[in-house]
Amino acid sequence: MIKALGYFIEIIRGSVITARHFVVNMFFHILKVLGIKTKRKGAVTIQYPEQKKELASRHRSLHRLTTRDDGKPRCVACMLCATVCPSECIYVEAAEDPDPEIQKYPAKFIIDLSRCCFCGFCVEACPEDAIRMDTGYIELSKYSLQELTYDLDKLIG
Amino acid sequence: MIEVLIVFIKIVCALVWLLTLTLCLTWVERKESAVIQDRIGANRASIFGIRIIGLFQPFADAIKMIFKEDFVPAFSRKFLHTLAPFLSFFFVAVTISAIPFGDSLRVGARTISLQVLDINVGLLFILAMLSLGIYGIIISGWASNNKFSLIGGLRGTAQLISYEVALGLSLIGLIMVYPSLRLSSIVHYQGELLFGFLPKWGIFLQPLGFIVFFFAALAETKRVPFDLPEGESEIIGFFTEYSGLKWGLFMMTDFMEVIIVSTLLTTFFFGGWQVPWLAADGFNFPWGGEWLLPHAVVVLFQVAAFNIKVFFFCWLQILIRWTYPRFRYDQVMDLGWKLLVPLSLVNIVGTGILMTI
Repeated sequence: MIKALGYFIEIIRGSVITARHFVVNMFFHILKVLGIKTKRKGAVTIQYPEQKKELASRHRSLHRLTTRDDGKPRCVACMLCATVCPSECIYVEAAEDPDPEIQKYPAKFIIDLSRCCFCGFCVEACPEDAIRMDTGYIELSKYSLQELTYDLDKLIG
Repeated sequence: MIEVLIVFIKIVCALVWLLTLTLCLTWVERKESAVIQDRIGANRASIFGIRIIGLFQPFADAIKMIFKEDFVPAFSRKFLHTLAPFLSFFFVAVTISAIPFGDSLRVGARTISLQVLDINVGLLFILAMLSLGIYGIIISGWASNNKFSLIGGLRGTAQLISYEVALGLSLIGLIMVYPSLRLSSIVHYQGELLFGFLPKWGIFLQPLGFIVFFFAALAETKRVPFDLPEGESEIIGFFTEYSGLKWGLFMMTDFMEVIIVSTLLTTFFFGGWQVPWLAADGFNFPWGGEWLLPHAVVVLFQVAAFNIKVFFFCWLQILIRWTYPRFRYDQVMDLGWKLLVPLSLVNIVGTGILMTI
């Protein structure tokens, strides 16, 4: 009987906790409606499309290809990214560059983002710092697979 | 002729009140659960870009449910399958007719009681209608012709019948204290004063009865701590084979039961439309003060008091629904038969002893 009474008190305490959350949060919601600015908010929600969270500095978002000073891609088509890619979503086609310092450049560089798992291995593998994942663009939902196939122009631009 | 018209208007008003509150409650439930869990909750539904903190959500839900396919499984018993949600809805909706919303309103020479039907067995009528609501559950479980639904329906029936016993017995003490089954006179009795200052509400005269009634009524609403018949996520409930508006009727029944239970708690234990120390001509404070009010204002106060009490109990029930996990089946039966029924019997005996001395 005493044990049951103990349970009963715990049950009441449980509802007191939820009631306290309700009252405190409602207080801050009402303050917000009244236009009073407070440090604490009534809810922890971020209203996503209107209100965005700052991405972490190491966040891996959409890829981009870096360029040399003359605007050509830094990529030398060494295929390391395509080799290391676990989801095999990078396709590189090399072509010969007239500059003997560079030797090769990518004639085609296609990333199929519908397969990409955003692991960032391509960035780590790249010896030329030619590919990065720091655009901060994360809204990668599209209506067709074609729109998710990013080629050289899209990746540089 | 005018009598019929008045009754008709009263019926329409009561139903509109009930259904509007039901619609609002679907929104309130979402918002309140969100606020409890530090979220914001449904606030996206809008008309032409105007979104009043998501108040259009119930209409969006209604439109969605109307346009959903009303799927009837080929193996179900068609007629009963269609009948069950209507039965369930009707028996809950009809109880609102016996609830007193306020004292009588004087318009010219005519006195209109703010109650659709002042039945002299109002209390029994409400209990009977709540019991008949079980048919909606068992028929829906049976007519779905699905073993899981049938078991859900059986669980529901067992639970509701068990708690019906405690529900009825807990009110016997109340009937002993306020010697009437007529709801309006029960409320009138609660307007008297205890020791000269305390309103003679059921909660003060029947605290044990209130606790038993509250738990039993919570079980009657079939919501979360007692949602064995329904068991949305794990144990499949009685309306598995329903979709569209028929499912919507079951859901509305749930919310209407919350409102009905709130109105019953208010009427039986919290003085119904009584405002403490408010008599027919104004406030008569126990410390000697007086504040005379015109008749219309008094009636307004009464109806407002009734509504506020009902809203509070709706809030409390939603709070309970979002706080506790579900009982196990044997725990539900234990609580019903081994705790609530004996407690209500103790309450009857105790009330009897106290009344004789």
